[in-house]
Amino acid sequence: MDKNIRTKAIVIVATILICLYGIIGLPTSKEQLNQNVANSIKLGLDLRGGSQLVLQVQVQDAFKADADQGIERLKDEMLKAGIAYASLDRNDPATIEDADKIHINVKGIPVDKTAPFRELLQLKFANWQMASMGSADYRLTKNTTESLTMRRDTVTRSMRTIENRINGLGLAEATVQQRGNGEANPEILVQMPGVDDPARVKALLQAAAKLEIVEVKDGPFPSEEALRAKSGGILPLGTRPIQQASRPGDQGESWYVANRSAVVTGQDLRNARPSQDQMGKWETSFVLSPDAGKRFGRYTESNVGNKLAVLLDNKARSVATINSKIEESGVITGAPSQQEASDLALVLTSGSLPAGIVYLEERTVGPSLGADSIRDGLMAGAVGVGAVVLVMLIYYKKAGINAVLALVLNAIILIAALAYFGAVLTLPGMAGIILTIGMAVDSNVLIFERIREELRHGKGVLAAVDAGFGKAWWTIVDTHVTTIVSCAFLFIFGTTAVKGFAITLVIGLIANVFTAVFVSRAIFDWELSGKEQPTTLSI
Amino acid sequence: MELFKNTNFDFLGKKWPFIIASLVLTVAGLGSLIIKGGPLYGIDFKGGTVTTVRFQQAPNEDQIRKALAAKISGEIVVQQVTGQNEVIISTDLRDERELNAARAVVFDTLKSTFGSQAGGKEDINLTTQAALADRIRGPLASAGGSLTEPQLQELVKDILAFRNSAPRSGLLGSYESLAGVKNVTPQVINVLKQETVTGPYTIRGFDLVGPKVGKELQTQAFSATLLALLGMLVYVGFRFEFIYGLAAVIAVFHDTIITIGLFSLLDKEVSLTVIAALLTLVGFSMNDTIVVFDRIRENLPQMRREKFDTVVTLSINQTLSRTILTSGLTFLTALALWLFGGQVLNGFSFALVAGIIFGTYSSIFIAAPILIYCREWMEKRRKDGGTPALAVAPGKTKSLK
Repeated sequence: MDKNIRTKAIVIVATILICLYGIIGLPTSKEQLNQNVANSIKLGLDLRGGSQLVLQVQVQDAFKADADQGIERLKDEMLKAGIAYASLDRNDPATIEDADKIHINVKGIPVDKTAPFRELLQLKFANWQMASMGSADYRLTKNTTESLTMRRDTVTRSMRTIENRINGLGLAEATVQQRGNGEANPEILVQMPGVDDPARVKALLQAAAKLEIVEVKDGPFPSEEALRAKSGGILPLGTRPIQQASRPGDQGESWYVANRSAVVTGQDLRNARPSQDQMGKWETSFVLSPDAGKRFGRYTESNVGNKLAVLLDNKARSVATINSKIEESGVITGAPSQQEASDLALVLTSGSLPAGIVYLEERTVGPSLGADSIRDGLMAGAVGVGAVVLVMLIYYKKAGINAVLALVLNAIILIAALAYFGAVLTLPGMAGIILTIGMAVDSNVLIFERIREELRHGKGVLAAVDAGFGKAWWTIVDTHVTTIVSCAFLFIFGTTAVKGFAITLVIGLIANVFTAVFVSRAIFDWELSGKEQPTTLSI
Repeated sequence: MELFKNTNFDFLGKKWPFIIASLVLTVAGLGSLIIKGGPLYGIDFKGGTVTTVRFQQAPNEDQIRKALAAKISGEIVVQQVTGQNEVIISTDLRDERELNAARAVVFDTLKSTFGSQAGGKEDINLTTQAALADRIRGPLASAGGSLTEPQLQELVKDILAFRNSAPRSGLLGSYESLAGVKNVTPQVINVLKQETVTGPYTIRGFDLVGPKVGKELQTQAFSATLLALLGMLVYVGFRFEFIYGLAAVIAVFHDTIITIGLFSLLDKEVSLTVIAALLTLVGFSMNDTIVVFDRIRENLPQMRREKFDTVVTLSINQTLSRTILTSGLTFLTALALWLFGGQVLNGFSFALVAGIIFGTYSSIFIAAPILIYCREWMEKRRKDGGTPALAVAPGKTKSLK
C-alpha cells in the first residue's frame, strides 16, 4: 500500500477509535455498554423530563437595604457628633436597572456644622460619594465600582443560597447556574431533572427567610395606630413596630414595639430541623453557633423577665418571656404541617436571600412527553438519514458508498464531540444532528458532481478526482463559513435548547470538512491505488 | 445515474414568472403581517402559558376554552394534536403580577372541570412517585403485602414508568394492564383500585414565560436575524465583491420574509425554535447562492468574451445538478422531521421545509438576476463616467442555445 494512503488510514482509524471511546468507553458487557452510552450522552430536560426555572434577583432590594443601613448608621453617628438635620431619607429605585441610582438625601444640615459633617462622611462613609444639593442639603450616591461589586455580590450570594436550598431538597442532579453573560447578570437558571411538579420548589426558593431574635420593648397592641399612639406618635429611638404573623384561629392583629437591632440573626444559626412540641404540633427548632450561643446566653442571663420575639421576614413568629438563661437553641412555632416545618428548617440553614427573587420562566416536561420526543426524534432521524443514504447509493453507485461512509463517520464524530464536551442533547439538538446529515452530504455532492464534470471533459480518472477535490475545496469552505456565521448568532439567545441546536450544527459542519474532504479522498485514493492506470470510476 | 447532464436551461429568460410569484408571495405575506399586527408570536416572545394535556376520551375543546375563559383574561387557544386525544392549551399572560398564580389557575381549572369525581381517591394519572407511595404504603401493609421502603419505592417507580411509557404516554386506562409490571401482584392491583382512580386526563408538559422576557427575546430575535444577514454580507463581500454579497443577502432576506409571511398567512406561531430554523435557512440559502457565485467567479476569466448573463446562465446550469440534489436531500431530512419529528418540533420543521424550497429557487431566480442587474448598472455608470469596463469586455454576444 502507498505510504501516503497508509498515513491517512492511520489518522482515520485513530479518529474512529477516539470517537467510539468517547461514546461507548471500554465496555465488557452489554449492560455496561448501555450504561456508558447513557453516561456519555446527557439528555436535556426536554427529552428526559424535568423542570426548569429562570429567576431574577431583584438586585435593587439589596441596594435599598444597604441604603437603609447607611441611614441608620448616619443617624447614630450624627447624633454622637451633635450634628442636627431636618430629614434623612432615600429614593426608591423600582427596577433592577435603576438599582445604581440609589441615593440618600440629607437635608437641613446647619451651616456651622458643614465641616464636621463632611469630615464624618469622609471618615466613616467612604463608600458613599457626597454631592452638595444647595447650601444645607446633600446627596450620597454609590460610585460605579461600588455598585458593580454590590450587584455581583448580591447575585453570587443569591445563587449560593439557592444552591443550598436545592441541595437541601435532595435534588442531586439539579444544577444552578447564572444565565447570560456578565458576572452581574441577575438571571439564574435552575434545572431539575425528574421533577415534574416544581410548585413546592418555587415557593421554597422564593422564601426570603430572614431570621432575627429581637428584644420586645412593649406590646401587644391591637393595631399599629394604637402602638404609635402610646408613645405619642413617635417611636423611641432605635425601635420598630412589628406585627405578629397571623395564625389560623387568630382574632385581629397584634403589634409589638421591638428593638431595631437583633440579638441574633439567621447568620448565627448552626442548624435547624423540624420537631414536634408536647401537643404534637410541628415546629422548627434551631441551634446557634458557639459564639452566638455565648452571646445569646449572656444576653438572656441579664434580661430574665424581658420579652423576646422570633422574627421571620420581619414578622413575629413567636413572642416569649425569658424565664432563664438560654444558651444555644430556640424554636419557631406555628408550622401547619411537617413539610412546612422541614421546609422552614431548610431555608433557615441555607441562609437568607439578600434580595427578593421573581420567576421569569418555568418549563416542565413530563416524563411521558420526553419519552415521546425521543421516539419521534429517532424515527425522524431514521427516515431522514435512510432516505439520504438510499438516494446517494442509487445516484452515485460505488462513490455513494464512499459518501455514506463519510456521513457515518461525520455522525460518529459529532456525537463523540458532544460526549467529550459534556454537551446536553436536546430535542432541537437532535433535529440539528438530523439536519447536519442532510447538509453534510452537500460537500460530497459538490465534489462528486465536479469529478463527473471533469470526467465528461475527458480527463483521466486520477486527474478528475484530483481536480474535483481541488476545485470544490473553496466552495466548501465558503458554504461552511456562512452557515457557521448564522449559527453564531443563535448564541445571542440564552436559551439552552436553541444553543444546543447551534452547537450540534457547528460541530457537525466542522467534522464534515474532515470527513467529506479528507476521508472521502482517502477512500478514493485507496480504491484507485490497486490499479496501474484506472480507466473507470463508479460515480 | 445522472439527472442533469449538460443542461442548458435559459433560467434568466424565464425569470419574470418567478420574480412575479416571489413578489406576490412577499406582498401577501407582508400584507398578512400588517393586517394581523405582526407575526403570531408563541409564548417565548409574548409571555403566557402552554399546557399539554392528554385525555382518555376525545376532549371537548369548547368546554376547555369556556372553563378557562371564566378564570383567565386574554386569548385562550385550544389546539388539538392531530391523531391523538391531546390538546395544547395556550393562554396569555400580559401582567407580570399574574405570573405566580398562572400555573395554579390552569391546573385547578382543569381539575375542577374534568377531574375525577371519585371522592378522596388519588388520581393515578396526576400523581407523583412520593404521593402514590404515601397513599398505598398503609393499605398495602394491612392487606398483608408487607414491603420494605426501597421495595415500595421501586414498585411505585415501575408502575409510574409503565404509565409514562408509550402507548399509554402518561395515561393509565385500566389497572389490569399493570399485571405485566414487575412485582405487581393481584394484591397490589386491588390496593390501587381501592385507593386510586384512573383519572380522565394527564398533564404532560407546562411552560410559562413572563411577558417581560418575551419582549426582550423579540428584540433579540430581530437583531440576531439582522446581524446574521449583515455578517453574511460582510463575509461574501470580502470573499467576492460587494455586489455579490448584496445580491446574496437580498435573496436570503427574501426567503426569510416569505417564510415569516407564510407563518402569518397560515396562522402558525413563531416560536424560539422557528427563529432557529430561520437562521439555519439563512445559512442554507446562502450556501446555495455561494455555490453558484463561486462558479461564476471561476468561469469569468475563461469567458472574457461572453456577456455577463451568459456566464451566469452557464454557471447556474453547471451547478444545477448539485443544487437539486443537495436541496432535495436536505429537504428530505427536513420533511422527515416534519412528518415524524412530533408536535414539539412542528413549527421548526415546517419553517425548514418551506424555507428550503424558497432558498433553492431564490438562488437561481432572485440572487442571479439581482447580480446581473447590479453589474449592468455599474457598467453603465462606468461607461457614462468614461472609464472602461474592467471585468467584462464588450464584444460579440454568443448565445449558448
